[in-house]
Amino acid sequence: MAMTEQRVSYTLDSSLETIDNAEQKATIIATELGFGEDEVMQISMAVREGTVNAVLHGNAYSPDKKVTLAFERTGNDFVITIRDQGPGMDLSKIPNPLAPENLLKTSGRGIFLMRSFMDVVEIRPSKTGTELKLIKHVHGTSAGGKEASQ
Amino acid sequence: MTMKVSSRQVDGVTIVDCSGRITLGEGSVILRDTVRDILSKGNKKIVLNLQNVNYIDSSGIGELVSAFTTTKNQGGELKLLNLTKKVNDLLQITKLYTVFDVKDDEAAAVKSFK
Repeated sequence: MAMTEQRVSYTLDSSLETIDNAEQKATIIATELGFGEDEVMQISMAVREGTVNAVLHGNAYSPDKKVTLAFERTGNDFVITIRDQGPGMDLSKIPNPLAPENLLKTSGRGIFLMRSFMDVVEIRPSKTGTELKLIKHVHGTSAGGKEASQ
Repeated sequence: MTMKVSSRQVDGVTIVDCSGRITLGEGSVILRDTVRDILSKGNKKIVLNLQNVNYIDSSGIGELVSAFTTTKNQGGELKLLNLTKKVNDLLQITKLYTVFDVKDDEAAAVKSFK
């Protein structure tokens, strides 16, 4: 764990335990930052979904690959960054889970949920991994509209 | 809290009382195995009582969909009972509320099977 005054980061294994661990950390920090119960749930679920993608789809549970998780308070934002060391997500293959033909699919809802729960979701794939940035405006600040940039 | 399930029969309907979290890993596996076991015994009228399910992630949602389609493909019906607000909200935003038959009364759920 590395910590600065406003930022804390972790390097984690590509395991199921990491997913629960990331969710728990998000819950604790979001609560400490003063988010309400519903917002804490939204943040923790978004972090869980992002970590699932990193562990499962990015690193494919590889023991040689790590997940980096960082929480940062910057101005009016709570910023969570999740990086994996996988081959890079193909953004063109992200389905719309609300499309009638996808409603009964058993997967493909993680990014949709993140976008539903967070104010900003940025996904930056590269050949050496995918970086996911989740931003929630701190309570009392203007959301400025939901935006999902890629 | 990990997921726990227990099953009971009411007028030919199998009611599965679920509690805890339905998430990637153990929770999803338990739900999958439970529904498969029920179907393998020839019971095709299933109600998942989610009254005590306090958390579900996208994998858990996927497992609910899988349970629904697996049951339907075997000529059965699977309904949901007593959703918590969190689970209800998730089914609303994913539009799955339109797919599942959701009940809030056990007797009515049992009677609703053909």
